[in-house]
Amino acid sequence: MTTPSVGSNWTAKLRNRALGTFPPDQLLPDKQPIYVASWIYVFGVLTITAFLVVLVSGGLLAVEGPQWWHGSSAGHFVNSLHLWSVELFMAFMVIHLWGKFWMAAWRGRRVLTWITGAICFLTSIGTAFTGYLVQSNFDSQFISTQAKDGLNSVGIGAYFNVLNFGQMLLWHIVLLPLVIGLFTVVHVLQVRRRGVVPPFERDPRDTDTDADADVDAGVLG
Amino acid sequence: MRSGRRRHSRENAATSDWAGRYREYDLVKEFTIALVVVSLLTGVLALVFSSPDIKQVTISTWSHADPNDFTATAATELDGTSGTATYGAPYTHTPGAAQAIGSVSLQHIAGVTHPIDTVTDFVVGPLDQVPGDPALTTALTTWKAAPAAQQQTWATAYDNALQNAPSNDPAKVATGSYGPVPVMLGSLLTLARTGGLDGDLLLHGGFFQTDYTQPLLFIADGAYLANQADAEHLGGEQWGMMNETGSYPGQAWLWLYTFWYQVKPFSTSGNGDALVWVVMAILSLGLVLVPFIPGLRSIPRVIPVHRLIWRTYYRGFPAAQPDIHPARPER
Repeated sequence: MTTPSVGSNWTAKLRNRALGTFPPDQLLPDKQPIYVASWIYVFGVLTITAFLVVLVSGGLLAVEGPQWWHGSSAGHFVNSLHLWSVELFMAFMVIHLWGKFWMAAWRGRRVLTWITGAICFLTSIGTAFTGYLVQSNFDSQFISTQAKDGLNSVGIGAYFNVLNFGQMLLWHIVLLPLVIGLFTVVHVLQVRRRGVVPPFERDPRDTDTDADADVDAGVLG
Repeated sequence: MRSGRRRHSRENAATSDWAGRYREYDLVKEFTIALVVVSLLTGVLALVFSSPDIKQVTISTWSHADPNDFTATAATELDGTSGTATYGAPYTHTPGAAQAIGSVSLQHIAGVTHPIDTVTDFVVGPLDQVPGDPALTTALTTWKAAPAAQQQTWATAYDNALQNAPSNDPAKVATGSYGPVPVMLGSLLTLARTGGLDGDLLLHGGFFQTDYTQPLLFIADGAYLANQADAEHLGGEQWGMMNETGSYPGQAWLWLYTFWYQVKPFSTSGNGDALVWVVMAILSLGLVLVPFIPGLRSIPRVIPVHRLIWRTYYRGFPAAQPDIHPARPER
């Protein structure tokens, strides 16, 4: 049997590519540029930690089943944890998003970071919405009967039936969280890869040049 | 083809790796503290404010609480004038019912994927399951033997009479030629009160059920559900889409989507839902593509909120000096 040379098989290529793109000290740095000194930076990690609390509390609800919380005080408390962690998650994410907008955080080949973050935000809205549909109480009854009109009006309702509890439950606990999780990982890796966006330069001629250069240079590369 | 060197040069110009000073930053410590704080905060909020859980409306509770509304709704299901019967795709083939954007109707194109015949699915079918009621059996036999036009005449006449009756009370309906309809709807009310109709309306008739399309549509066709929702400030004119029962924050992040329903032309257009969705789709796409939209991407430079965010940094580099940083330290 011939031993493959270093870097010649798929596994070695993947490892080399990963280490080349994300050296350990860049993936988990213990230093940040001097300008990373504002409370606004905290909201990114707050969003991620709130997401983890959402996943854990939602996971506990899933372990006992969707009807558990209606007849159990412990279940009701876990449902309350889920509700408030979602409220915090969305609040932190909105603040994070606004902060990044005012930093124009897509500058310097960071467009993919912005896009993945925006997709996480939009997907989170859909995930929270399906959560309201699967509470299996009056709230979910009325929200679903109202929401169907918007979705039906553009053809989505033909395949995404908000009146189908089982379908919405699976979207809520499997498909949409998976999308958020995947995009969050890509988002964080992009932050580690490109670093935290630096402050604007003081040159008044510095207008849209960064954004133009991003587009010219191939922003998704 | 773009040469690698040229592209690399442009990338560097765009990326401009930070060559200034660095400071200690413990990401793991920050993450751990954030996790503890968020967990505690969530626990405190859950303990103090709990979460709302108002019991759902069943067809049984509806028929007990407001039997006249139930019967009036059933009458519209039987004569084909209810919201569901005239909805269009994805429930019925009602011509011209689908919403459109200009001349394009995505609702129509998507088709009828959940076909519902309100006469059969909501009234006659469930009544067929009722055993041991000779009067109902006779009424159903009469109904099924009659031509479709006669069925429609009976159902429409009774629906109209019911609407004109005081409080829509079936007991106060004026005398008329309604055929078997009063007996059928009376039996449907009885069936609903027993809870039998809740089960009958679940799709497919199997034992395991997770699809509540039919019972929810039937309930939503009545006024009872909407009245309960209005009392919980969930109505469309109450910005209800972003609310939830009780005094809870609800889906505050849906404020923009809800906003469009409050203003013209969305609030008055027959295609309002489709128009709102188009607007929100464009805005959502705009959010994702902000970096590519001239003008929009320049706002952060024009309105210097970043001066507040990076005020510590800017204080360290007076405006008179160029933004030149010391050599990059060890990392």
